[in-house]
Amino acid sequence: MDFPILTIMMLVPLAGALACLFAGSASRVIALGATLVTFVLGIMLWANYEIGGAQWQFQEKYELVAGFSYALGIDGIALMLIMLSVFLMPICILASWDSIKKRTGEYMAAFLFMEVLMIGTFAAQDLFLFYIFFEAGLIPMYLIIGVWGGDNRIYASYKFFLYTLIGSVLMLIAMFWMVSEAGTSDIPTLMQYNFPGGAQTWLWLAFFASFAVKVPMWPFHTWLPDAHVQAPTAGSVILAGVLLKLGGYGFIRFSLPMFPDASADFAWFVFILSMIAVIYTSLVALVQADMKKLIAYSSVAHMAIVTVGLFAFNVQGLEGAMIVMLSHGLVSGALFLCVGVIYDRLHTREIERYGGLSINMPYYALFFLFFTMASIGLPGTSGFVGEFLSLAGIYQTSSLVALVSTTGIILGAAYMLYLYRRVAFGDQKNADAAAMKDITAREWIMMTPIAAVVLWMGVYPESFLAPMRADIAALDALLSAAAPASDAALTGGEPLSEAANAIEFEGHEGEAH
Amino acid sequence: MDTQILIIVFAPLIASIIAGLGNKALGNTIAKSITTGGLFLSAALSWPIFIGFLTGSNTAEVVPVLQWVQSGDMSFDWALRVDALTAVMLVVINSVSALVHLYSWGYMEEDPDQPRFFAYLSLFTFAMLMLVTADNLVQMFFGWEGVGLASYLLIGFWFRKPSAGAAAIKAFVVNRVGDLGFMLGIFGTFLVFQTTSIPEILAASAGMSGSTIGFLGMRLPTMDILCFLLFIGAMGKSAQLGLHTWLPDAMEGPTPVSALIHAATMVTAGVFMVCRLSPMFEAAPIALMIVTIVGAATCFFAATIGTTQWDIKRVIAYSTCSQLGYMFFAAGIGAYGVAMFHLFTHAFFKALLFLGAGSVIHAMHHEQDMRYYGGLRKAIPITFVAMLLGTLAITGLGVYHLGAGFAGFWSKDAILEAAFARGTTTSTVAFWAGVTAALLTSFYSWRLMFLTFWGKPRWIESEHIQHTVHKTPEEAGEDTTGGYHPHESPIAMLIPLVVLSTGAVLAGQVFAPSFIDDASFWAGSIFYNENLIHALHAVPYWVKYSALVVMVLGFIGAYIAYIAKPDIPAKFVSSFGWLHNFVFRKWYFDELYDAIFVKPAFWLGRQFWRLGDIGTIDRFGPNGIAAVVQRGSVAAKTIQSGYLYTYALIMLLGLIAAVTYVLL
Repeated sequence: MDFPILTIMMLVPLAGALACLFAGSASRVIALGATLVTFVLGIMLWANYEIGGAQWQFQEKYELVAGFSYALGIDGIALMLIMLSVFLMPICILASWDSIKKRTGEYMAAFLFMEVLMIGTFAAQDLFLFYIFFEAGLIPMYLIIGVWGGDNRIYASYKFFLYTLIGSVLMLIAMFWMVSEAGTSDIPTLMQYNFPGGAQTWLWLAFFASFAVKVPMWPFHTWLPDAHVQAPTAGSVILAGVLLKLGGYGFIRFSLPMFPDASADFAWFVFILSMIAVIYTSLVALVQADMKKLIAYSSVAHMAIVTVGLFAFNVQGLEGAMIVMLSHGLVSGALFLCVGVIYDRLHTREIERYGGLSINMPYYALFFLFFTMASIGLPGTSGFVGEFLSLAGIYQTSSLVALVSTTGIILGAAYMLYLYRRVAFGDQKNADAAAMKDITAREWIMMTPIAAVVLWMGVYPESFLAPMRADIAALDALLSAAAPASDAALTGGEPLSEAANAIEFEGHEGEAH
Repeated sequence: MDTQILIIVFAPLIASIIAGLGNKALGNTIAKSITTGGLFLSAALSWPIFIGFLTGSNTAEVVPVLQWVQSGDMSFDWALRVDALTAVMLVVINSVSALVHLYSWGYMEEDPDQPRFFAYLSLFTFAMLMLVTADNLVQMFFGWEGVGLASYLLIGFWFRKPSAGAAAIKAFVVNRVGDLGFMLGIFGTFLVFQTTSIPEILAASAGMSGSTIGFLGMRLPTMDILCFLLFIGAMGKSAQLGLHTWLPDAMEGPTPVSALIHAATMVTAGVFMVCRLSPMFEAAPIALMIVTIVGAATCFFAATIGTTQWDIKRVIAYSTCSQLGYMFFAAGIGAYGVAMFHLFTHAFFKALLFLGAGSVIHAMHHEQDMRYYGGLRKAIPITFVAMLLGTLAITGLGVYHLGAGFAGFWSKDAILEAAFARGTTTSTVAFWAGVTAALLTSFYSWRLMFLTFWGKPRWIESEHIQHTVHKTPEEAGEDTTGGYHPHESPIAMLIPLVVLSTGAVLAGQVFAPSFIDDASFWAGSIFYNENLIHALHAVPYWVKYSALVVMVLGFIGAYIAYIAKPDIPAKFVSSFGWLHNFVFRKWYFDELYDAIFVKPAFWLGRQFWRLGDIGTIDRFGPNGIAAVVQRGSVAAKTIQSGYLYTYALIMLLGLIAAVTYVLL
């Protein structure tokens, strides 16, 4: 690769970030410009990605000290997650356009730094480079919550920090061990390396500690509702849209290919946590009075569908999990934007303060309905394709896990429609909510592209599945040897000789009816 | 036929998008014209296809549209499949939908949100068409959920009313319980057949009938468990016993919606599904027995409730539920053609009854309680005649030896005869349940007619009427009409009534030979049980006349109770209060579900949140660690500034130090 596009995709927002630090109020325009340029670069990246070509494309490698190198490169999975990040970024800048009043320059810089680090995380091909991006990506998030967050922002950012720190330390230790064992920190090489069985267990657990918190899996999820509630709108969008995907990405990039046997051994552990998450967090979402908390809890339930899909050990499960991640990134991001739209007008997230918004904000109600439906997996939206494949995948491994996880479609409908009813249906019981104006041009520009992609992914997901197909097939081939036994297996038998309702008829037919 | 099919399916979608997004900017008349025009176009194109199948000149066809999902061995595409079974559904859906669109011009005249209403109606029609043209189970599920969405939106159309919002959620969530079964059924089917293509599954079904499959740790007969799971989906959509609770509440939607969605089309999707998959069900004897029992139980259970309700729409809603039960047990005993025939005739007379009820409600200023009707036959004569014909059709008036009867006579009697002819214990139970339900059907249908159209006007007791005439019952005195003058509905509402009346009278007579007796009409699109049809015609005369007898008995019963001796119902209620309450309260299903599902879900949610998340995880997790750290940190206070940047910086420095240490 002659043109170092991945590095440039990181340099553009980096330059933008530095400029924002000194630009004051012009920083909004700079940030928007930088994110748009990065998005265009992302489209070029996708357009030039050769489906069915080499597994790792756009590779760049510069040796640094002692085997540690600046190595970038992407496969289809990373490509899709990078696309998700660069697509959401300009929307986040727009969402912060009017609502961020203090330290705008620093705020925009934090977002742009985060974009650099997210692209870096997905593109890194060196274990330590990945670690640096992975962990450092959280620093701008701490700042966004801690500086521009709500009233209880210190507690939230601190909780966020504490959770992620503990997991990260264990993962770092595991990484050192792996590098000394395998003699390289090159991720593609490590993905092919056979770690001894006993060591896999410990390595798997160490990585799990970090990824489970990021996903987040029950019971490591309690930082998420607080972080979401306190974060500004755009912070929530990136948190739900991209940062939660780091955990899933970690599983699919490290845990599954590097420790397949341990992954199989721990599959039921993951299933049990995921099943609890689906039911537990859905029920908790049902009783929330705060919109953001409700959507945050729903994220935990949705991410549980990702983890069951990942550990289903088959192609449908893996592809489904990836599509759920992409879809959830778009849909929950959009739902947080929807909350932001009315929060900007009324400055409260309390559901009871709204009501009857279909009357004074019909187009807002339409978008909100659309994303609600996408969130509960209505076919034709991205949510369905992901959930369906993921659950179809897990059914082949365990009908029990499939049954419990699929109850999420009932509970999800219950809490989302209950939310929608209280916000958009009913009478206008609060005068100030009734006086709110429908969405502005800026808000239209934020919502329409997401809605379009959600539909695209729902109706023609091939565009998104095709780049990942070869990578997932390779992973599946690697995993198939370790796959746990299925409890839904078919056993052949002698077919019945005739149809169930076959009857003898000998009598004479009566007169024609 | 290809282009025709594409237009039939996509015209309603395009019309819906234009009307929905254009909304107020487009104006009422344009939005209504586009959607109604689109539907009449679809209907006009559907009939030639249906007739082509009747005459045998059409054959099954699949129009590919777009690739959908390809994941490993699993792949399914967007495609439109039209065979005889689909053709039947096409004419039912498009005809009723076009008429309901037209009717709504009159019924929704004064509504401020007409474009939205028409857009939803057309959107519904599109989803329903996608459902019936599905070539694979997943597209069927797309249509299935699409109609669910449209139903949700239309039930909640008057969203300011809290009851409408609640009913809309209930409909969606209860249906989702069924969808859970449907989805698991699709997953299991894929696991067994490695495909979701309906023709391929049906072709391979018989060969799988002896195999077993693991399910929740049990070993079960493959086909029975798959069909049972899929049938749970059908139970939800078609409001069968246990998952029926949403249907009566769905009457919160405007009446044209009840006619289209909750009578003629969407609720019959479950029956359609079982018929579409009939070769699969024929490989699943246990599942079929469950279908028969559930159908028979529903047809009896819903009919009992229908006899006690006062709301005119709720009576018809329970009637729908009950008639769907007939269709299911017909399918369960293997008479799929007969089930589809009843679906077909029922669409006409039930849509007629709902639209007729809408016309009554329109005339009575939105009053739906039959206690405040009475004597309306002279005030709204056309509506009266239409309702009368609908009642004769649903109660199944017809005489075997004359070879003549209303629509319901041909289809319902055929179901009862088939159940008798089938000759198993289950089918015999279903036969008797069906006969009893026919008695109750006749009773509640005539009760509705007598309360509404006969007797003295009781209008002034209605609050709606009181508001209109500005009088209390005391002020009105002797004149129980309160001086209110009900008006016959406008022409846009009467045309659909006339067209559907024709259907209710003739649909049975004209189409019975094809639907019931002609295997070549179905051309393999359903499992056609030749011997059962022969046996059906050979049942004894008392069976053939049983439906007519109970119909007359029901009529006489209703006549005595509501015309000859109107004090009888009150006496019955006072002496059998417990029984009346049990039935009037709808067998306490709502109370039961509220107590075992709804309330516990909220209670558990609160416990998990307060005791789980806050009380346990946070307390011993982050907050606990924080407390420990705080106590032990006095010494280290100097470096612990409390600022996150410092923590982060230390972490990064530590990382770099560690990397350097290991690697150098």
